[in-house]
Amino acid sequence: MSSTPLSSLHLAVALDGTGWHPASWREPEARPRELFTAGYWADLVAEAERGLLDLVTIEDGLGPQSSHFLDPDERTDQVRGRLDAVLIASRVAPLTRHIGLVPTVVSTHTEPFHISKAIATLDYVSAGRAGLRVQITARPNEAAHFGRRTIPRIEAYDHPDTREVVADLFDEAADYVEVVRRLWDSWEDDAEIRDAATGRFIDRDKLHYIDFEGRHFSVRGPSITPRPPQGQPIVSALAHQTVPYRLVSRQADIGYVTPHDAEQARAIVAEIRAEQETAGRAGEPLHVFGDVVVFLDDDQAAAEDRRARLDALAGEPYTSDARIFAGTPDQLADVLQELHTAGLTGFRLRPAVAGHDLPAITRGLVPELQRRGAFRRAYEADTLRGLLGLARPANRYAAA
Amino acid sequence: MTKPLKQIHLAAHFPGVNNTTVWSDPKAGSHIEFSSFVHFARTAERAKFDFLFLAEGLRLREQGGQIYDLDVVGRPDTFTVLAALAAVTEHLGLTGTINSTFNEPYEVARQFASLDHLSGGRTAWNVVTSWDAFTGENFRRGGFLPQEERYSRAKEFLATANELFDSWHGDEILADQESGSFLRDAKAGAFVHTGQHFDIHGQFNVPRSPQGRPVIFQAGDSEEGREFAASEADAIFSRHATLEAGQAFFTDVKKRLAKYGRHHDQLLILPAATFTLADTDAEAEELAKEVRRQQVSGATALKHLEFVWNRDLSSYDPDGPLPDIDPDVGDSHISQGRAQVRMYRDPLATAREWRELAAANNWSIRDLVIETGNRQNFIGSAETIARTINEFVQADASDGFILVPHLTPTGLDEFADKVVPLLQERGVFRTEYEGPTLRDHLGLAHPDDVRDQRAAS
Repeated sequence: MSSTPLSSLHLAVALDGTGWHPASWREPEARPRELFTAGYWADLVAEAERGLLDLVTIEDGLGPQSSHFLDPDERTDQVRGRLDAVLIASRVAPLTRHIGLVPTVVSTHTEPFHISKAIATLDYVSAGRAGLRVQITARPNEAAHFGRRTIPRIEAYDHPDTREVVADLFDEAADYVEVVRRLWDSWEDDAEIRDAATGRFIDRDKLHYIDFEGRHFSVRGPSITPRPPQGQPIVSALAHQTVPYRLVSRQADIGYVTPHDAEQARAIVAEIRAEQETAGRAGEPLHVFGDVVVFLDDDQAAAEDRRARLDALAGEPYTSDARIFAGTPDQLADVLQELHTAGLTGFRLRPAVAGHDLPAITRGLVPELQRRGAFRRAYEADTLRGLLGLARPANRYAAA
Repeated sequence: MTKPLKQIHLAAHFPGVNNTTVWSDPKAGSHIEFSSFVHFARTAERAKFDFLFLAEGLRLREQGGQIYDLDVVGRPDTFTVLAALAAVTEHLGLTGTINSTFNEPYEVARQFASLDHLSGGRTAWNVVTSWDAFTGENFRRGGFLPQEERYSRAKEFLATANELFDSWHGDEILADQESGSFLRDAKAGAFVHTGQHFDIHGQFNVPRSPQGRPVIFQAGDSEEGREFAASEADAIFSRHATLEAGQAFFTDVKKRLAKYGRHHDQLLILPAATFTLADTDAEAEELAKEVRRQQVSGATALKHLEFVWNRDLSSYDPDGPLPDIDPDVGDSHISQGRAQVRMYRDPLATAREWRELAAANNWSIRDLVIETGNRQNFIGSAETIARTINEFVQADASDGFILVPHLTPTGLDEFADKVVPLLQERGVFRTEYEGPTLRDHLGLAHPDDVRDQRAAS
């Protein structure tokens, strides 16, 4: 599918506060008091770029973090509060040169028009390194922050009684991405003509109304921001089951999935590829990255001890939707290569402690993968699409 | 005793999508590429300006049912550009125009609080309202807001955003690694707002930012707009940049402050101002004339006359006399997505007045549009411009100016190099930034201190 050789895999890191373990902020490397400063984020992204990673994603949410599935938990022993992910990405863009910047955007309560121009602008300020990770929310408290709709309470995302609610939120997300993408194409690349002879700044025949009408919103267009450098910035989504796999298959460039072993990986990849065919995108490149939570140390015992110590601080064992790995870079490289063989094209690693496990990825895992010929030794492209082996797409509105 | 000299505030408006911006000049660069914003912002910071200002539009303008193509078209997203500019500047304030009609308070408050954190306290919000269903076609809400509710929504929007900014007090984050307490209070950020436009509750998820709240700008000029500014705003982005009109506006708005328990210096008046700078006054006059003709082509002149006439005037000769027919005063307007057209509240009277002006001066359509709309506020040598700006500020026509250059991105360079040093020599403009935040530059107190003062008095 992608032009990258089969032996080479893609690597992303998912940034979330001080790390994915709820007690991560208590580690000596965590810098919890700096979480709300630009310098903290700039350092993390610089570290990821040092490791030649394809991209970082930045988590976000429209309410306080919570250990509960749906409701706030009123805990004071974990990190609460976060900055807007798109703005963090934009703040670090001028300080980096190669790495992709993929903030989370919540489709359920925000405006596709605003997000389309925000990500297009992130693509301009980063010279072609922008993407987004689209997320839905079924949390009633987040709906109450906006006061525009109520969302029926659900038991779990895969509970049979809630299928309709969840499907509706994902359908809305699909519409949202459709609008965002149409707006990115609503200016043809050569629409700005600056023709002094006729006094026309643009050729308005090369600007397009998108005229999207959906159940949750209608958007006329065109965008106020010209087509971004990549044409279409990267769209990605985390998916755990058939409904979101369908979103990934229809609309995304990267799906993040959570297999716990190679067999599950094969099954998920098969399902996504089948959906992709159904969606009429069979020939198009679509990455499927495996998410893995990582505790990385030079020897396995140290990694396991650290995990145990953090669990003790948290007062409960850490659980995750994704596979949790504790061990050495060498062992992780084995795991990733096995999953890669099962059809995953890359990985989004979730550092348990950002200040510890991110440098362990860039300075331990990456050299090991390079030694095995499984990861790049230098950035070989100027844009995120380029790093991912994706061509700059034709504009859907341009006359052939 | 003589009055102490007022310190002048200066800001840089990134050239926008009005015909003020001359794109046809060979020196005109991109209005989209980030490098243009970097050049412009660094010039403003080199000159110790208070802040950079970005306007916003949420739908491309149309005239006669077609996208308007004679001016610069398109712009990047306000928040995203400002966040990136925070990385390439250290002191410069970052002011963004953000609409209160097609946004929600929770999201906008998050964005401004985040931007304030990410810039170390340099953010300002120019609160504007939208006027038309035309823009609404790009948003979930559609075109829903009756004209008379624009300000009531804007006021409630800002009040709600302030409740969100104030829902964190600044002492909640302990991050005590030893004891394991990250937050002092599990209810940090709790809020409830029940009103006509917003009925929301929950927890705000961005801790208190360095400035507490962004600096608030207001740009409306109506009676309602002036009251809104007097009660809520830290600064007004006004359009009254002449001496007499400026003084009248300044007096009118500042006298409204007392009613809200506010002091004279808690609201700054900062008009938008254009300028043409050259080595001598005579050369500047020549250059200014040339720039005005670049700004108003024949085609542009006809389109601008349509703002008043509200009819297709494409068959008229821009170098000929004004139309004999009267404006169409129907409800619908030929121009969409433009605040400007609302300035002409009585088009028949304006048309009459303009015909008389044109006849008396022997002006063509193009001459009239140039003379009524595009004369630069400050024209002259650096010495003349510095003297005039200072005179205006000392005479309370304003507290400073938001300069709108006609060229992207170099339109501010000469002003920075030549005019600013003269203002500094006069002792009316800073030679170094005195504090890290935009409130420091503007001489505005931190909201916590204002609250303490009000509580103590």
